Amino acid sequence: MKIRLILAIWACKLTILVSRMLGKKGSSMPGQVALKICPRVMTMLASKVKRDVIVVCGTNGKTTTNTLLATMLEASGHRVVCNKVGANMIWGVCCAFCEKADWLGRLNADFACLEVDEASTVKVFAHIKPDYMVVTNLFQDQLDRYGEVDLTVDFLRRALALSPDTKLILNGDDPVVAQLGEEKGRISYYVGVDEKVNEDAGEGSEGRFCPFCGKALVYEYHHYSQLGKFACPGCEFRRREPDFRVHGVSLNGGLSFKLTHSGKTASFDVDYRGFYNVYNIALSYSGAVMAMGTEPDHQAVLASYQPQTGRMESFVIDGKTVILNLAKNPAGFNQALTTVMADTRQKNILIGVNDNPSDGQDISWIWSVDFERLCDESVKNLVVTGRRADDLMLRMKHGGFAEDKQVKSRDLKEAVQALLAGSGEVSYALVNYTVVFNLQKFLKDMEGGAGHGA
Amino acid sequence: MERKTLTIGHLFPEVLNMYGDKGNILTLQNRLLWRGMGAEVKVFGIEDEIDFKALDIIVLGGGSDREQKLVCNRLQKDREALSDYVESGGVLLALCGAYPMLGKHFVLKDEIPEGLCILDIDTEPEEKRHIGDVVIKSQITGEELLIVGFENHSGKTRIGAGVPLGTVCCGFGNNGEDKTCGIVYKNVVGTYLHGPLLPKNPALADYLLQCALKRKYGGEAELAPLYDRAENEAHDYIVSRHLS
Repeated sequence: MKIRLILAIWACKLTILVSRMLGKKGSSMPGQVALKICPRVMTMLASKVKRDVIVVCGTNGKTTTNTLLATMLEASGHRVVCNKVGANMIWGVCCAFCEKADWLGRLNADFACLEVDEASTVKVFAHIKPDYMVVTNLFQDQLDRYGEVDLTVDFLRRALALSPDTKLILNGDDPVVAQLGEEKGRISYYVGVDEKVNEDAGEGSEGRFCPFCGKALVYEYHHYSQLGKFACPGCEFRRREPDFRVHGVSLNGGLSFKLTHSGKTASFDVDYRGFYNVYNIALSYSGAVMAMGTEPDHQAVLASYQPQTGRMESFVIDGKTVILNLAKNPAGFNQALTTVMADTRQKNILIGVNDNPSDGQDISWIWSVDFERLCDESVKNLVVTGRRADDLMLRMKHGGFAEDKQVKSRDLKEAVQALLAGSGEVSYALVNYTVVFNLQKFLKDMEGGAGHGA
Repeated sequence: MERKTLTIGHLFPEVLNMYGDKGNILTLQNRLLWRGMGAEVKVFGIEDEIDFKALDIIVLGGGSDREQKLVCNRLQKDREALSDYVESGGVLLALCGAYPMLGKHFVLKDEIPEGLCILDIDTEPEEKRHIGDVVIKSQITGEELLIVGFENHSGKTRIGAGVPLGTVCCGFGNNGEDKTCGIVYKNVVGTYLHGPLLPKNPALADYLLQCALKRKYGGEAELAPLYDRAENEAHDYIVSRHLS
């Protein structure tokens, strides 16, 4: 068995080398090869992790949460296995372990932090029984792939059934997530924002009905989408008192808040945008506390943390700031729009939607985004792009956005030029998954090129 | 002269909103407003009373299994009123899960509940889930037109009384066997094509408006043409991806 393990690791590492030489970044091929050669490779390597294996799931924010968690653990001097590039299907997880192992099949790691796509959890849990599972939120996402939120919950339940000892760290403000903690015998910890933060009650209603008795949930207050302080009038289901309690939230400029657990309070003050990042930070911090049993030096980690591709990433082109943000579903887009419209400067805006398989081929959801909010004096021009630029144009028309302020181009380069030609002081690009990578490359090239007088 | 106004009933969007059905409401509403007519949208919650006699167009969309059942149980209470509405020529657009729900049975993950029996259609489970773009050829307006949409369902539906909304050029449609897609019965249009069907199919939207105007005000209800460039480009893009 040891021989097969070593062979699998070698094959995986070599496949990575070869594909890198061919200029590919993929992690699925190498992982696939390793699992073919040694079907138990993940199980064997995961058992060598000295302390905890932590899985992070959820519709939005799992890459940010998982990366922050891994960085906090590393900053405390631990060795961590992490699928950092967002390769979150079973092959990507397998690849992360093989990459970290040495050529003799040894693995020197204290923790494993694994971002896992919800639909892949059952497959991954068949190989690995994590000590903790963190769930950030569950929204409608890429409908043609997952079907619906109920199906996603079903995946997670089936995965958890394979691993009864996995403890949960849940966003307790999300009733769809929190229902997982109600399972008998399951140990769960809840993270929650314990005060009303904004007036924005949010759109999207999936999960506003009690998953146990079907009654409409009653909210004392909402944060966004279905997140808030909820209770079911028909049964016992309600938001639990958080074990990790967020309070004193301020969204002016950056983000600041306090997090209290077991009588200890930590302060957070970071140059991040978007209320949703409160959850990403609080969940990763809580995960680190649970795993290590001590508090990480979070402030240093957060200050040095580089946002992932297109998570409110800034570029400066010819002296103008362009901010790129990934948004791939109604909840993500509505949150991004809130952040953008909170910026009172005159602005140019680009919206891009592709419908490649990894984006989801069903783009019906663009009609659930409140693009109407772009009809504002401060929005100087609006560019729509991506494979479904035509649908976006039509969506904006029905949203009441003046046609003469709109430009449509399926060509990304043309679209970026049209964005920069706008008269706004700052430009925002809100785009979905496969657009974000191409756009980031263009913006980087342009940023570099600008210095040479191009 | 009296300003013609239609009342559009949006049924249970708080539960049936998963596929961006708001696009259909916006389309119906805007195409009236752009022509100088009036549009009133009434949104109904699952616990609200519905006065069907006060409505000219009803839009019923799709939701998850749990919510579909909730809606069906709710509508069972109003079955007679809904049936009268349909039989008296009321316009009803039933999309996605709402389409089979109007028939004898509909299909959920673990059960096949009885439907509302408003339409003469029946649905049985289909092993595979059918997901993707759909293009159909339809005669609904009297002229041949292409309707584009997106389907995501695991039921096989056969239609009795009524004519199909169209024949499938690409996609699965009602059952994957007889090439039919959807149904037209009196002024009901039912189809698996889900979510924002009307924005990209302005001719279908106008047909529904015309039916409702004729029923309410009589006469031929001629509609002034609109500048549909954005609509047509979005429509033609889907057609060109599949039929070129």
